[in-house]
This record gives sequence, structure tokens and C-alpha cells, in this order.
Amino acid sequence: MFIRLFSLILLILSVAVPVKAQSDPKSLIDALSKADFTEAEKLIGQIAATGDTRVVTALEAFAEGDLYFRKSDNLVFIAKAAGSNVELIDPLTGASAGAAPKNTVTKIRVNNNLRRVIRSAMGGLTLLSPDRTVRLQAADAVLRSPSPENLELVEAALAKETDGEVKARMEEARAVSVLSSNRSVDEKRAAIETIKNLGGRNALGILNSVSGSIDPSLKGDLDAAISSIESELQLWDMAQNVWYGLSLGSVLLLAAIGLAITFGVMGIINMAHGEMVMLGAYSTFVVQDAIRSNAPGLFDWSLAIALPVAFLVTGAVGFVIERGVIRFLYGRPLETLLATWGVSLILQQAIRSIFGPTNQEVGNPSWMSGSFALGGLTITWNRLWIVVFSLSIFVALLVVMKKSAYGLNMRAVTQNRRMASSMGIRTPWVDALTFALGSGIAGIAGVALSQIDNVSPNLGQSYIIDSFMVVVFGGVGNLWGTLVGALSLGVLNKFLEPSVGAVLGKILVLVLIILFIQKRPRGLFALKGRAVEA
Amino acid sequence: MTFKAKLGGALVAAIMSTTALHGAFAADDTIKIGVLHSLSGTMAISETTLKDVMLMLVEEQNKKGGVLGKKLEAVVVDPASDWPLFAEKARQLISQDKVSAVFGCWTSSSRKSVLPVFEELNSILFYPVQYEGEESSRNIFYTGAAPNQQAIPAVDYLAETEGVERWVLAGTDYVYPQTTNKILKAYLMSKGVKEEDIMINYTPFGHSDWQTIVSDIKKFGSAGKKTAVVSTINGDANVPFYKELGNQGIKAEDIPVVAFSVGEEELAGLDTGPLVGHLAAWNYFQSVDADVNAEFIKEWHAFTKNEKRVTNDPMEAAYIGFNAWVKAVEAAGTTDTDAVLDSIIGVSVPNLSGGYSTVMPNHHITKPVLIGEIQADGQFEIVQETPAVVGDEWSDYLPDSKDLISDWRKPMSCGNFNVATGKCGGKGS
Repeated sequence: MFIRLFSLILLILSVAVPVKAQSDPKSLIDALSKADFTEAEKLIGQIAATGDTRVVTALEAFAEGDLYFRKSDNLVFIAKAAGSNVELIDPLTGASAGAAPKNTVTKIRVNNNLRRVIRSAMGGLTLLSPDRTVRLQAADAVLRSPSPENLELVEAALAKETDGEVKARMEEARAVSVLSSNRSVDEKRAAIETIKNLGGRNALGILNSVSGSIDPSLKGDLDAAISSIESELQLWDMAQNVWYGLSLGSVLLLAAIGLAITFGVMGIINMAHGEMVMLGAYSTFVVQDAIRSNAPGLFDWSLAIALPVAFLVTGAVGFVIERGVIRFLYGRPLETLLATWGVSLILQQAIRSIFGPTNQEVGNPSWMSGSFALGGLTITWNRLWIVVFSLSIFVALLVVMKKSAYGLNMRAVTQNRRMASSMGIRTPWVDALTFALGSGIAGIAGVALSQIDNVSPNLGQSYIIDSFMVVVFGGVGNLWGTLVGALSLGVLNKFLEPSVGAVLGKILVLVLIILFIQKRPRGLFALKGRAVEA
Repeated sequence: MTFKAKLGGALVAAIMSTTALHGAFAADDTIKIGVLHSLSGTMAISETTLKDVMLMLVEEQNKKGGVLGKKLEAVVVDPASDWPLFAEKARQLISQDKVSAVFGCWTSSSRKSVLPVFEELNSILFYPVQYEGEESSRNIFYTGAAPNQQAIPAVDYLAETEGVERWVLAGTDYVYPQTTNKILKAYLMSKGVKEEDIMINYTPFGHSDWQTIVSDIKKFGSAGKKTAVVSTINGDANVPFYKELGNQGIKAEDIPVVAFSVGEEELAGLDTGPLVGHLAAWNYFQSVDADVNAEFIKEWHAFTKNEKRVTNDPMEAAYIGFNAWVKAVEAAGTTDTDAVLDSIIGVSVPNLSGGYSTVMPNHHITKPVLIGEIQADGQFEIVQETPAVVGDEWSDYLPDSKDLISDWRKPMSCGNFNVATGKCGGKGS
């Protein structure tokens, strides 16, 4: 703390009394080669204080860790890897300085603190940029790391700004800088009002951080603003929990929906279900790997390509398991349980032997990375797509079951096998296809789950219990039950989690399900009729 | 041929094949060591690598002429991530295969499971993973980090360099995170951190839905004080945790996360672009700039025939443990357990960060603590390196254990000597 305060003072001093010999950006940047973290922090302040906009690229490269110095003459360059050599670029002019072997240059180290200082300094420097998006980013940077030094820069930029949105952002940036400066009480009061209207966690953090040091006459305004933001956030928190619940529910739905067919409709206790999910995730990995090495341009499409591949691979494996093992065990649930458990171990170890025991990297396509804000909600793209995806699989499956001839056969066989057989339906064939369909859907689920979880041989194990829980809770043999079961378990879990913690939350959910099953042994949506009694 | 003769022949063949399996024919001119790491089950992800390292070290040692003029032979068994099976396999290694020392275990549960076996049969175990401390056995050497060789320096770094005043201690719900967090909480409070500035959060094994916890961390971090997360989240659960952090836009500059269980191997399954700047504390990183490390990495790549295989901290701990054992055996002139236990204390061997590690009388070793920031290429940039630190088996910050010390040299020869009462015994006896 003391060191930072000290360097801050030095920084202010250096801004106030620019030393002639040190104000040349080139020599300042070259001085980075010998600086430790504390000295580098000072140097960044001095580099920014030159006001020379050419230094922006150099600072940016420094933050990214692309700044190197040549061992022979301690000159600093931006370096880009080019094979076994690096290409050196002059940090100020951007001119190429030729290639050099990697071992002749040393990277200039950067840490979080320096990155923070750079971000703040760059914010100040780029506020006057002709590019609108750069100005917006600059205002954001100032907003996130308030410092009194930036205040004058923001005000100067604000006077020239014409774009409405950028102007509003700069007003906010100015407000946070005012709050940490030594401006008059009135100005600060207005700043508090602006920040209050800005709202959100960041604003709350800024207000909280000054609450200890603020002028006593402003204390009332500050507390009012803080509690106003807090009560607003509380409302959003509720909405956030619902969203998290739906998103967890959709993951449960994805994991369980294949099981809703193999266990729910066919009555097979399929312990290898999780491994089907795992095989789907590995299919995604293989597809992505092939795309990375053959057609990197298609990477954003990799999931779309992986979907049919995963469906076919796991469907085929499911078909083989049904024909090879399960068909001999119909009507013997215990043996089925043990046999499929054995199959699951075999599949796990097979994958471990082929791909190795370590996690495989499955990348997120760009449209599944990051998040966006909806009011006070932060919604991550990957979760949103998974919700959409699981609901569409559900609808597609429903259509197949209710509208297609194959679905009709399947329902006929599960309701009355002998009657269906007498009507000319090849029941063993329907069994095999149904199991393959359930496995294939599990495989598709694996494609989606590879985006949020580890792709390792153990992937399936973490979903098998949840899947059974959902199917049993929702009502065996009923797809709608699975949907409602998954979503309600998800929401319940997410409302319990903030108050009792993730571990206890999970236990409570299990206990509730056990109690519920005592009361309604057939789950939420019990099937009625002769088929059930038989 | 009579029936009896046939039977006899079959018996002889059977005996021959079993002894051949255990390699007893070569017993006279080789020294056997046991490798007790899970090659299947959930822990295979971490432990398989250590088995490979041990095989590589044995091969290297044999190229140098072995130990005491004999070749080394590694006996590899698979305890399949099953804690009771660890004890069974350990017994098999010591009693049947007659190994001179065993290198193995990863989780504390597996170590606790084999501990009575090693004490009963009087053999030696080298344990290469960071752990929670609060244990000392005459027959076990802890070459991984104790909490004071990892957790406490990491927290100090954050407080000093990043000015952190508010702490989230997030961990998986089992013994290592719980004990470590207990020590850290006591330590932070002794440094004047208020109770309300510490948030402790546990999650189940393999937790994959981090949305609520990450937004709780955000919430905790908006109180106007610099906040950091100290993560003892184990193994697989880290990948979804970091993914959620990245997606929710928590940058290391805002809320840094320092992890004690995330190394190069764990990052290999992850796009580290959004994670640049998050930290890890270990005693070794692959990016360490030392000749001995470059040599080690080269051997590793050659041994695994894979240029992409990374090295990590438990591998270094295995390397140190193995070399210390070799040196102790050579000093003792025998592989006899008691002689080696005597001669190994005080043995110094090079570690991979360019210095030396010494085996201390408390069966822990000295090593430097490195703090690294995650880089976009999945490696770590070392931002701080301390001088060598002695592993502290009984934490000084827990009321139960602050008076205990361990010293296995004669005449004290005690794992839990209470300096307040002057007696051997107390907790852990």
C-alpha cells in the first residue's frame, strides 16, 4: 500500500515537473528494459505524460506482453513471433526493425498492477482519438479505474465531444474522477447523482470505495445513492437467480432427455448413459481438431458440424450396445443395471487409452463467448445458446414421438408389446432404434456440454445421477415431465445456493426429491392407464 | 507320463510364471522401487503423468549406472483412484515385490489410507503433491508444498503487490481446502483483516455450474475494497470455473484469482486467452529459466515422444524425492529402511528452479515459492520468487498445532513433539 502511495506521489510529481531530458518517449520506453515492476509503473506514468499519442501502441503491446528488449543494446521493440525468429517492430513508428532469433530478445515482464496502470493511462491518452469506438473504450477505461489525474483530460475531451453516447459515458467517467479528486462539495454531489443513475455493481463499488474518505456533509447523499443502487440490484438478483435456474435446468434437461427415452420410455436402467454424453463431447473434440488442422476458417461452424457426427457416432454405439448386451436382459432390471455399468467402465477406459486421461481442449466459437447485459442481468452467450438448444431438441423429439410413423410404432411397442407385435411391428427392431435414438440424443447433449464442462473420460459420471434424478422426479415415461422436472430442479437449486451454499443446496434438493417420491412414487406427471399397471 | 507328473509340471510352470511376473529372478542384481499412482478412474488425469516421470527418472538413473552398482527396476501398480485399494497395493508392493521405497499417492485420502501400511511394514513413501500439512510420519517424506510453502506466500504477494484487502476463499469441499482455508483465515485475521472481509465458499467435487458463485464473487468485490479470490478448487472443477469467470468478464486486473491446484496440466484443456493475469502459486513452473529445467523438459519430451507435454510442480517434487532417495541410499550403502531414514536427513539435491532442496528433520523439504501469472500460451510468467522456505508440517496459525514440531532425528524421533508441554504426543499421535 505504502509503495503504491509513494509511486503515486512520484507519478504526480513527475507530471507536475516534467524533466526535460526524460520527456522523450523513445528513451522512456527504452528505460523499461531495465525497470522492475515499481520503476515500470513510474515510467508508464511518464510515458503517458508526454501526451504523445504514438506511445499508445507501445503501451498496448506492453499490456499484452508483446514488448521485448534486445539483449545486445537494451533497445525496446514490439516483437511478433515468426517461426523460430521474432519480428521486431519499432514501438513508436511501427516500422519493422528486422527479424532476430528468439534467444537474443527478452520479454519485458508485466503484472496485473502494471496492466491496471496502463489501462488507466491509455484511457486518458485515447480520449481524443478520432475513432468513436476508441473514445468509448477510453471513457470505459477511465470509468473502471478512476484517478484524479484523468479528470482534466476527461474534461478537455468532454468539451470537444459531439457524439451523444460517448458524451454520456464521458460524463460518467468524469463523475467517478471527480469523486476521487479534491473538487468542491457541490461538484461531488452532482457526481454522486450521476453515478447513482449509472447504477450497477461497478457504480456501487466506486461509491463504496470513497465512503470512508468523503466530506461529512456528503455522507447523507452517498448513503442514499448506495442504498438506492442496492435495492435496485436486489430486484435484479431475483431475476438473475431465475435465469441461472433456467440455465442449470436446461443443462439438466440436455443430460436427461436421452435417458427419458432409454429409461423413461423403454424402462432400461442405462448406467452407460453418461458415457454417451461423453462420447458426444469427444466427437466434438475430434471434429474441432480436424477443423483446426484442415480448415481453420470453419471453426465457428464446428459445433454445427459436430452435431450430426456426434448423433451418428453415439447412435451407432447405442445400437451396438442394445443388440449386443441389453436385448438379452429385457425384464431383468438388476442385470441390466450391472451390465450397462460394466459397459460404462469399458467405454471410459477405452477413451482414456485412446485420448489419454487428461482434459481435451474444446474451444468456444466466437458466438458462444462472452456475455451481454440485459438491464442488471449478465447473460453469458454460451448459457443462452444452451437454453435455446436444449429446448429445440426437446421440441424436435416431441415431434418425432407424436407425429412420425416411427414414433407411433415406438409408443405402440412400449404400451403393449404383444399387441404391437401382432399388428406387424418388428418390435426388436423398434427397440434397437429407440435405444439408438436415446443414445444419439445423449451424444448431441455432449456437444453442448463440451462448451461448459471438461472434456475428459469422467465427463459422463458427473451427469448420470442428475439425469436419473430428473427423469424420476418428472415422471418416468413422460417427456413433458422431464422438461418441467429439469427446469424446476434447476431453479430450486439456484434459489437454495446463495443462502445455503452449493454443497448443502445439492443435499437439500436430493432430500426434497426423496420426500416427493414418497408422496408421489410416479413423479410429477404420472402415466395413467393399463400400460402402467401391466 | 503319469497324472502326478503332469500336475507337478503344471505347478512348476505356474510358479515360474508368477515369479517371472514379479521379476524375482532378477532380484539379486536390481533394486526395486514401487510406483503407486492411479492409472484409471478419476485421478488418472493427474497421476498418470507422475508414473511416466518416475519411469523416466529410473531410466535416466540406469543410464548413469543405477544405484550401488545395481540397476533400478520400477514396479508399477494401479490403485484405480480407490483409496482402500491404495493400501492393498502398497502392502503388495512392500511384502510381495519387496520394493525398497515407494513413490506415489496424490490425494490426501489415499495418503492417509496407506500411512498405517508403511508404518507397520516399515517402508518409505515419497509423496509428491502439495497438501494441507498437520501430519508427520516416520515413514513418509512430503516433497510437495506444505501450506506455508504455497498458500501463505501467495496471500502475502496479493496483499503487498496488489493491495488486496478483501478475500474470497473458494474451495472444493474436502480436507485439503478446508484445512488450508482454516489456516489462511487465521493468518489473515492475525494480519488485521476483518471477519466480514473474508468470504469462504465450498462446492462439491466436479462442480460445473459456477454462475451463482461467480456472481457472488462479483457482488462481494463491489464493496469498494480491492478483492481477490484464493482458490483451492480441485482438479476438473477449475475448467468450468475459469470459463465462467472469462465469460462474465471478470478480469485479473479487477478481481485476481490465485489458485493452488491449477498448473500447466490443468490449463492444457483450456483457452487461456481470457485468463491472462490470474495467478498460481507453486514451487516450480515449466517457464522457470534454469539450465537444469531446460534439460529436464528436453528429457521429458524425448521420453514421452511428445513435444507438447507440459511439466508441472508435482513432477518436480517427484524429481526431488527420487534424487534425494538415490543420494541417501548411496550415502547409506544399503537400501535398508532404517539406514536410509537416517542418512536422508540433511541430503541436498538440485531442484528444477536452479537451487537446492534439502530434506529436513521433519521429513519436509526446503524450496522456493514462485508466484506466476497465467499467459495466453498456457504457461506462467513468474512475477515473484522467494528464497527457499522450510516446509512447516504443523501450522503456526492453528491453535491445535501451533505448539507442535516434528523431528525424526535421534534421540527425539518424534512426529508431534509439543514444545509447550515438552512431551512427544498430542494431536496426531
